[in-house]
Amino acid sequence: MSDQAILQVENLKVNFDVSAEGDMPWTKPKKLQAVNDISFTLNAGETLGIVGESGCGKSTLARAIVKMVPAESGKVLWLGNNLLSLSDSETRQYRKQIQMIFQDPLASLNPRMNIGEIIAEPLRTHYPKTSESDVKSRVSDVMNKVGLLDNLVNRYPHEFSGGQCQRIGIARALILKPKLIICDEPVSALDVSIQAQVVNLLMDIQQEMELALIFIAHDLSVVKHISTKIMVLYLGNMVELANSNEIYQNPSHPYTQALISAVPIPDPNIEKNKELILIEGDLPSPINPPSGCVFRTRCHKAKEICSKEKPNFIESSTSHSVACHFHD
Amino acid sequence: MIVANKKKIKDMAENFSESGAGRSLWKDARIRFIQNKAATISLFVLLAIVSFSFIGPYFAVWSYEQIDWNAMGSAARVGMPSIESGHYFGTDDLGRDLYSRVIQGTQISLMVGVLGASVAVIVGTLYGATSGYLGGKTDQIMMRIVDILMSIPYMFVLILLLVVFGRSIGMLFIGIGLLSWLDMSRIVRGQTLNLKNKEFIEAAKVTGVSDFKIITRHIVPNLLGIVAVYATLLVPGIILAESFISFLGLGVQEPSTSWGALIKEGSGTISYDTEWQLLFPLAFFVVSLFCFYFIGDGLRDALDPKER
Repeated sequence: MSDQAILQVENLKVNFDVSAEGDMPWTKPKKLQAVNDISFTLNAGETLGIVGESGCGKSTLARAIVKMVPAESGKVLWLGNNLLSLSDSETRQYRKQIQMIFQDPLASLNPRMNIGEIIAEPLRTHYPKTSESDVKSRVSDVMNKVGLLDNLVNRYPHEFSGGQCQRIGIARALILKPKLIICDEPVSALDVSIQAQVVNLLMDIQQEMELALIFIAHDLSVVKHISTKIMVLYLGNMVELANSNEIYQNPSHPYTQALISAVPIPDPNIEKNKELILIEGDLPSPINPPSGCVFRTRCHKAKEICSKEKPNFIESSTSHSVACHFHD
Repeated sequence: MIVANKKKIKDMAENFSESGAGRSLWKDARIRFIQNKAATISLFVLLAIVSFSFIGPYFAVWSYEQIDWNAMGSAARVGMPSIESGHYFGTDDLGRDLYSRVIQGTQISLMVGVLGASVAVIVGTLYGATSGYLGGKTDQIMMRIVDILMSIPYMFVLILLLVVFGRSIGMLFIGIGLLSWLDMSRIVRGQTLNLKNKEFIEAAKVTGVSDFKIITRHIVPNLLGIVAVYATLLVPGIILAESFISFLGLGVQEPSTSWGALIKEGSGTISYDTEWQLLFPLAFFVVSLFCFYFIGDGLRDALDPKER
């Protein structure tokens, strides 16, 4: 089961039109490359972690997969069907198999609906004929699964803490028994102890239901804990993709190396002697990305070739791919 | 870890919550509204005025069309307010009972206000929510139409309509309803733009909820707060507009009457020592408007506590 690819993304590109302030209506808007040429395969029961700094296209990638933002080109194959070429009504069939969890737990719940209504909404949308008692029992099942008491169904989102709200969000995502959940920074807005609870909950559920997860975060230690594969993004481009252990022990791309060296180690002696690779400067503008390798402006290994030739995304060893001319 | 704690949490929760019923935002708002004295009193006064306009006729001795021939032409001497003659509020210059006339005026003015506001609210909310939710070119076009309609002077159009198509309450409704939804649609559109990017809308979209359901289930209920506030402030605005039109003599036609028409008659005869002809309708008018504004204020405070 776990070897079966459920989601394949091939050369996905997302561009946004950006028009500067004061532009005339007929001025051609500039293209912003939010996601550039991304491909990966996700098997059932696996977790793909996506990391990268703010504005590198993590969320856009996730939204392009579920067609919330239109893709410029590429394919999103869900069990062999290209979602991007389906019409809206055909896509609805697949919506129940892919669910999403969001960053801000409170904002992702409608403040005027009670918890029962919120959790039952996907069920009522896709199976409108389900009887009231069935809906009730499904809701209380799924609430128990995420560690919420089912007598809370009549409460409203503002009566819950952030962690509880996130559990409600997870319950809503689970009620249709999906095959893939896309988690868009689900723990960034929570404090550390709650983060651990939510991540463990996701992992428990994943095992129980054989879920595949796409887990977006900017905290590498969280991602390491949950992921089987990790993808590092920089300015909309894939920089490195490898198994979770491999990428931590053996980071090949200078950017990944710098990111991993920045993860604090909870041991003062090691932490003190650790070599930190600092990345200087700011993220370049995605409207006007650097020529050649997108990371060259901040890379300590950059040579002339980097500005001329874009490095290919190549497999450096088994299940470890990297985009760098000078990878280790 | 979670499973281990579950029993403990369950015990605790059972001790704390008896019913498990939550407090919705509406319930919260109701509590805050009741705590606002001016608004609560206004609500009661307004309810009293409304029920007076329905119960009042049973106590009337004279109907609003009946003419007291004794008082006709000598309202200043005979037609003053008195219990004995049955003219509790006095009579007007033609000898008609002011008590019945005020009741009738109240009914008509409130009806115009409430119906006009409901038309504006329904049309404005749907239009604004659609425009804001769809966005892009549709939004641009829909809002430019609103801009164009808004640039036409409101009173001018209303007066023209009444002059060209004849004076009737129906025409008055159409005229007022046609133009008063514009502000509403703008307010609603702004709020919708704000709501549309919230994550719960996105969550609904990812789940596959249709656009229509998203508008009715997720956007409109979250707009209702601001809509309720604006609607209560719109009612007195429309009553004022109607009264102004009636004051000009273009609105409600005899034998029907409204607050504006009564105030006009009363102000015309003020020099003949018949001040009650002005004061009674004016008092109802002013008190009702005050009540609407206080209620609107109270609702606003109750519905978004952050703004205070």
